[in-house]
Amino acid sequence: MTLLSRKKGEHGLKLSTSDILEIVRDIGKVIEDNKQYLTELDAAIGDADHGINMARGFRAVSQKLEGMRSEDIGEILKAVGMTLVSNVGGASGPLYGTAFIRAASAVQGKSSAGLDDFVSMLDAAIEGIKSRGKAELEDKTMLDALIPAVAALREAEAEGMSLVAAFARAKEAANTGMLHTKDIVARKGRASYLGERSFGHQDPGATSSYLMLASIHESLQELRR
Amino acid sequence: MVGLVIVSHSPKIAEGIRDLALQMTPAGIPLALVGGLSTGELGTNPEQVLEAINQVYSDDGVLILFDLGSAFMSAETAVEFLPEDKQERIYISGAALVEGAITAAVEISLGKPLEEINQSLESLNVGKIG
Repeated sequence: MTLLSRKKGEHGLKLSTSDILEIVRDIGKVIEDNKQYLTELDAAIGDADHGINMARGFRAVSQKLEGMRSEDIGEILKAVGMTLVSNVGGASGPLYGTAFIRAASAVQGKSSAGLDDFVSMLDAAIEGIKSRGKAELEDKTMLDALIPAVAALREAEAEGMSLVAAFARAKEAANTGMLHTKDIVARKGRASYLGERSFGHQDPGATSSYLMLASIHESLQELRR
Repeated sequence: MVGLVIVSHSPKIAEGIRDLALQMTPAGIPLALVGGLSTGELGTNPEQVLEAINQVYSDDGVLILFDLGSAFMSAETAVEFLPEDKQERIYISGAALVEGAITAAVEISLGKPLEEINQSLESLNVGKIG
């Protein structure tokens, strides 16, 4: 009985706007910590600025969110997206910016979010990235981490898993997708100019996407405590 | 007169193209440049493209030419931030940047409409879009 109700409570875990703000701030820290790593990956097959650009974008996001009081998750995510669009300075600006703006419209007006909302947000984000970047799975982009992740999330939802357990799966799927980008040749982005030479290198965009999902998982574990 | 916006990762590329285009159109055309980030680094951002569009916008419309993929994404994102009636009057062309800019500048200076200019750039399309 106790177990049942706890399980139910866990499955039904809903995040508040302040939880969402915390999650976004945590993503910013993870990006900052991995700035060098992302830039090194980008130096191998791109223009060596992914980490620098993302860190600049998320620093601006942190400033923007400082003291932000909102009871609308959509409003928060839209502010994140707009700030990324204006501050990143590389392809990841319009891409992640569009992703957050589209995710925002999936939860517009909501003051709490559960697993079903995360599935809708990620679905919308992926559609945004696809249309912005004209990219698909196996093009060696962030989509190679994100598409398997949302598929895992949806599966976990169907199985009635908790939010944090679902994100553990999503993180795992994103990791596998990210590593798979080593085995494919870039068809989009600056790396596509390298053709076969991009083979064997891990995509920096897929890596930053994985890092974000891993960060969300980490934050959810913290929030559950 | 149609406005022309050049979006490049590099200020030097943008300025060089302006010089080449002005050589062909000494009387000048409505032209705005986006070249590099305000921090001096290479790159593009949608906000700068939006400003450039507004600088040269008229009811005749605006043509945007760009160098590489993420400049296209910046341009497309910028256009989405405009009101819908303005959006319809803005074309982003996948023409080769140098050749496209010169062709467009000449046609703009001849007072041709946006649709016609965009059409004549088709032969210079290098498949950067899509």
